[in-house]
Amino acid sequence: MRSSVIIFPGSNCDRDMDVALKKFGFKNQMVWHNDQSIPKSDLIVLPGGFSYGDYLRCGSIASKSKIIKSVIDFANSGGLVLGICNGFQILTETGLLNGILQQNKFLNFICSNVFVKVKDKENKYFKNLKKNLLELHIAHNEGNYFCSDDELKSLEDNSQIAVTYCGADGTENETTNPNGAIKNIAGIFNKNKNVLGMMPHPERMIDKYLSGEDGSLFFKNILDNFK
Amino acid sequence: MEVTEAVAIDHGLKKEEFSKICELLKRTPNLTELAIFSAMWNEHCSYKSSRKHLKKMHTKGKQVIQGPGENAGVIDIGDDDAIVFKIESHNHPSFIEPYQGAATGVGGIMRDVFTMGARPIANLNSIHFGSPQHKKTRNLLRGVVKGIGGYGNCIGVPTIAGQTTFDESYNGNILVNAMTLGLVNKNKIFYSKAAGLDKPVIYVGSKTGRDGIHGASMASATFDDKIEEKKPTVQVGDPFTEKLLLEACLELMADNSIIAIQDMGAAGLTSSSVEMASKGNLGIELNLSEVPCREEKMTPYEIMLSESQERMLIVLEKGKEEHAKKIFDKWNLDFAVIGKTTNSKKIELIFDNKKVAEIPIDLLAENAPIYDRPWKKTKLPQKLKFDKDEFKSLKLSDCLKKILSNSNISDKRWIWDQYDHTVMGDTIQKPGGDAGVVRVHGTNKAVAASVDSSALYCFSHPLTGGKQIVCESYRNLISVGAKPIAITNCLNFGNPEKEKNMGEFVECVEGITEASKYLDFPVVSGNVSFYNETKDKGIKPTPTIGGVGLISDYQQMLTMDFKTEGNLVYVIGKTDGYLDQSIFARELLNEKKGPPPTVNLFNEKNIGETVLDLARKNLIVSCHDVSLGGILIAVSKMCIKGKKGIKINTLKGLTNKYEYFFGEDQARYIVEIPKASLKKVNDILNKYSVHFDELGTVNGQSIEYKDDINLPIEELADAHKYWLKKYMDS
Repeated sequence: MRSSVIIFPGSNCDRDMDVALKKFGFKNQMVWHNDQSIPKSDLIVLPGGFSYGDYLRCGSIASKSKIIKSVIDFANSGGLVLGICNGFQILTETGLLNGILQQNKFLNFICSNVFVKVKDKENKYFKNLKKNLLELHIAHNEGNYFCSDDELKSLEDNSQIAVTYCGADGTENETTNPNGAIKNIAGIFNKNKNVLGMMPHPERMIDKYLSGEDGSLFFKNILDNFK
Repeated sequence: MEVTEAVAIDHGLKKEEFSKICELLKRTPNLTELAIFSAMWNEHCSYKSSRKHLKKMHTKGKQVIQGPGENAGVIDIGDDDAIVFKIESHNHPSFIEPYQGAATGVGGIMRDVFTMGARPIANLNSIHFGSPQHKKTRNLLRGVVKGIGGYGNCIGVPTIAGQTTFDESYNGNILVNAMTLGLVNKNKIFYSKAAGLDKPVIYVGSKTGRDGIHGASMASATFDDKIEEKKPTVQVGDPFTEKLLLEACLELMADNSIIAIQDMGAAGLTSSSVEMASKGNLGIELNLSEVPCREEKMTPYEIMLSESQERMLIVLEKGKEEHAKKIFDKWNLDFAVIGKTTNSKKIELIFDNKKVAEIPIDLLAENAPIYDRPWKKTKLPQKLKFDKDEFKSLKLSDCLKKILSNSNISDKRWIWDQYDHTVMGDTIQKPGGDAGVVRVHGTNKAVAASVDSSALYCFSHPLTGGKQIVCESYRNLISVGAKPIAITNCLNFGNPEKEKNMGEFVECVEGITEASKYLDFPVVSGNVSFYNETKDKGIKPTPTIGGVGLISDYQQMLTMDFKTEGNLVYVIGKTDGYLDQSIFARELLNEKKGPPPTVNLFNEKNIGETVLDLARKNLIVSCHDVSLGGILIAVSKMCIKGKKGIKINTLKGLTNKYEYFFGEDQARYIVEIPKASLKKVNDILNKYSVHFDELGTVNGQSIEYKDDINLPIEELADAHKYWLKKYMDS
């Protein structure tokens, strides 16, 4: 499976994502934000970081960058686009995903392990995933997902909510919500479920010596579904 | 403006220093020249009070590639890999403006590291605040933590460890010390020594503004009531630009275009240009009209003194200008040829086609004043005679809970949750352990790092205190299974013009030197911060030691959490029950006098090597050094982290349980031993002739000791984990 990771000025999880993708067998390439086009890919990843310093609003300048038109075209033609953390913020700014990511409820940056519940498996990311609960890792200041009532209803009606924050036992409530996101939302799809944005970083969970290994399941599952 | 003695004094120079300048120059300097002198001759840049004593430090060792004197120190970790590291203070600016002060402290130290060609792989910090009750403490802490996080998180370098303390002596002067480690190929290290004539001098990075003018002079003076007026001397950080600068510099460093490179830190363009020329024994000519400025009508004076952040000065090979410019254009950074190297051995400044300054380099560097300041020895305080009958009214379990929730012992998770500690995907030991550990990317090796200071011990007896911190750093590295290699130090002291403060400095340095020599733990970089004083009240002497060690196979890393029920727990090293200067004495007996615990360097080394031997042979499964608070505190932390209890044995020949459990004797570790390894462990301990106590067995969910203690781990965890969060929320 061929993948491309887009590097914006200020991206800082691009290498981590490259390491993770290659570890599980993706043929990955790095693509510079000023490039006109993206090499032939089966998956495009917008990595975490602080694209363009996150000035103005997180992800907003990146959503106007030169490469982004190719990303949007690719997504509209059904290609898999994954945005992690700042990548998720960029995807909401482009309009590929609904809603916005506000500053965390307690106004602090949070770097911590979290549990998420997989809410939908009828998609190329989570189909056939053996677990329903994953331990992942977050590191963000603006991960508090918010959208209008209509948008929320439509996300729910179309099963576009991908993952939600929960406790180790799966409980979803205020205490298991690290950043105040509406309905504990940690990640969502677009209508066709080929575009996934999520705040947790699976690429930091690929090795038992790191924060954990559940990220490995995520990447392997995408590959398995592609075969 | 006419330059007079009064103008010179306004610039922080002393009367005698101004006469010396006039004498050396054989004329009165103009205002720009005076500014350059004031920037180069202040304490911060010239080390005029400390240099005499720093020379004595132990700076050499088999693994040392570069000792003090460069942007940062460099050590060899094998296979052509080298670690570049340094710690630096940003105390004065952080007190005036905590967010920007702390942020630019982090930015500055990272630049020092990547200037040498290294990619930063870990950040640490040691931060010290006034009493929790002081009205400024909460906001200063919040601002500093946000500043450190705001900068480090954005660059994408993990913050892997740190230290936070509270003490009323920091009420008017907080301390913010930031440390960075970088990884470099040892054959591709870049230095700041210029070489060759007529080589282009390049300015890259952000534009120059009027921020930070006089920053270095501000950091060389004490504070008074008018510190608010000093806000404009604090620099403003832009981590995004620094990230671009980091990537652009590393890209340019991939080939041989750069002859010398120096970041513009304290005293900006002045000190970077003078240092490069001085080290190369050359002259330098700068055309200030070519300097990219972000504000209009900046004068040569302002350009030379600005401390705008995220800027670098490079001496480039001739003909490489276009190649270099392309890289900086790609990263959207300013690039300007602003001068050249010359054989004049002077710094010559041109502005609007006129020469505006001309000073022989040696007057700024070698001829800068050096002072042999008078200092006073601190006598070893009399050892206290505790009334042990008084202890009997204290319940052990109450003492334990009280100490666990002490501001200086309690868990600091509220802080490090705000730092990205996992980015770069190699953090294998997170903050909260004895040391942070990151893997050397793509290898089996890992690097451990820790920051330590013991102001209470140093205040009581600086010589012992100095030794003790080096030992504590050594122990923290060994506790994670790393072989200690070298240290960097940040020497935070009060006013060196006072004999007592100067004495504290001299004796701490002596202690550090003695311990680092004995332990073969050389100092490779560092920084001195004097004048941490407000309205005559100075801080307790606070030398901070940043230690770095190597784990050759990261699978052998140790953590402190108890692993398996039934495993045995030993205290390695002897406990005499030293209570003077302990947290127990302070918190429960309200006794602040007495000498700090004795440091026995032979024991430190022998016991340290023993524990490392046990670790290398995979005979122990967890390890934690015993420091502040004593055995009971150390073992509680191991219980809390491992979510497992311990049954403590009835100890043979115990004279006094309070002394045993809360004494702060040095050179001790607690280790967890699987039963199957027990015989081998005993053999090794006997071989090294090391004293050890069989403390107990990992057991259940409580900490138990005879009828004295029976506390569920959850209750201990509550006492330990939430003090800081509650304090910040209140």
